[in-house]
Amino acid sequence: MKQFAELAGVFGYLSLLTVGGGMAAFPELKQLTVETYHWVTFPELMHYYSLGQLAPGPNMMMVASIGAQVAGLPGAAVVLVAFILPTGLLTFGIGRLWNRLANWPWRPAVQRGIGSVAVGLVLAGGIVLARGALSGPFYIVLAVLVFLLLIRTKINPAIPIVLSGAIGLGVYFFG
Amino acid sequence: MSKRTANSAAPLPLAPPPSLWRLFVAFFIMGGTSLGGGVIAYLRTGLVMRYRWLDDEHFVELMAISQSLPGLNATNMSILAGDRLRGWPGALVAGLGMCLPGASLMTAAAFAYGIGGDDPASKAFLRAIAAGAVGLISVVLVQLGAKMLTEFADYIFVALTAGLVAFLHVPVPYAMIGVGALAIWWHRPRKAGPGKAAEAPGKEPAP
Repeated sequence: MKQFAELAGVFGYLSLLTVGGGMAAFPELKQLTVETYHWVTFPELMHYYSLGQLAPGPNMMMVASIGAQVAGLPGAAVVLVAFILPTGLLTFGIGRLWNRLANWPWRPAVQRGIGSVAVGLVLAGGIVLARGALSGPFYIVLAVLVFLLLIRTKINPAIPIVLSGAIGLGVYFFG
Repeated sequence: MSKRTANSAAPLPLAPPPSLWRLFVAFFIMGGTSLGGGVIAYLRTGLVMRYRWLDDEHFVELMAISQSLPGLNATNMSILAGDRLRGWPGALVAGLGMCLPGASLMTAAAFAYGIGGDDPASKAFLRAIAAGAVGLISVVLVQLGAKMLTEFADYIFVALTAGLVAFLHVPVPYAMIGVGALAIWWHRPRKAGPGKAAEAPGKEPAP
């Protein structure tokens, strides 16, 4: 029971940090799930995150994997509700307030200020992920190739991600 | 965001709001087919182009709210669009439909990982896709930055936030509130002068 409460608390808290995208919560996600509670190891967390890039829908649905690894199906359910419900209610409420806020003189300031911080948080998440994932020249080359491919073309991002996995497998078997 | 494509020509009338069941099915399908992130693009194709439940103007407005609030953008978008179309029950079924497919798959992935996660071949696969994911997040970062950062000071706020969190290990809420307050103050509304900061942030489409 204590474990479910901890899962709910951690993921409810993490959901509040996802301004601008799920990646913004990644540094704190790593801190809490790996170092504080030892629910997953850092490589496991990175693997789930990467698999989450392949799954359809919002990419942070990978939090369900952590819940499932800790406490099976009920764990996954608790984590999902904690991660989605509070911010969902907040969005719902603000969405209804939006028209009244439309002429608030501070609104553009708030939007731009939060925008910069959100980009900064995504960058921090990327740095934390890169520290774990880019453990050698081979992985750096893969990341750069995926970056170049995606910034120059409009292909579905899942394709280069699956291709990197295939290249990793190829190197493992034939390299 | 809006590109100079054909969709500005002769706007079609909006379709009537769907039933709750149809709404759920539509979001479930979008949630289940939007592979590899970038769900917003799939949502626009579905809501604006295919079903004609929202026009582009509304869509962009809802997107702006979704991105400035905590919560996953795609989930927030679904909740707001569902509310527009069918009130709170609509928000509920749209959010559920969007999240269910990915959440079920990732739950299943955890069990599959428990079985195969220690296999060296699957480790090689997963490590390589983690590297690919770094490439993907860098692209998202560049695109997000191009859209949100309009002046030099914005880049300072980005660097400050990232530096505090990733290198100095400042807890995210402190960094968010500290740098956020600074950035909001920087962009504060000023009395109508020769009007540089008083107007809305530059929304002109990229050339």
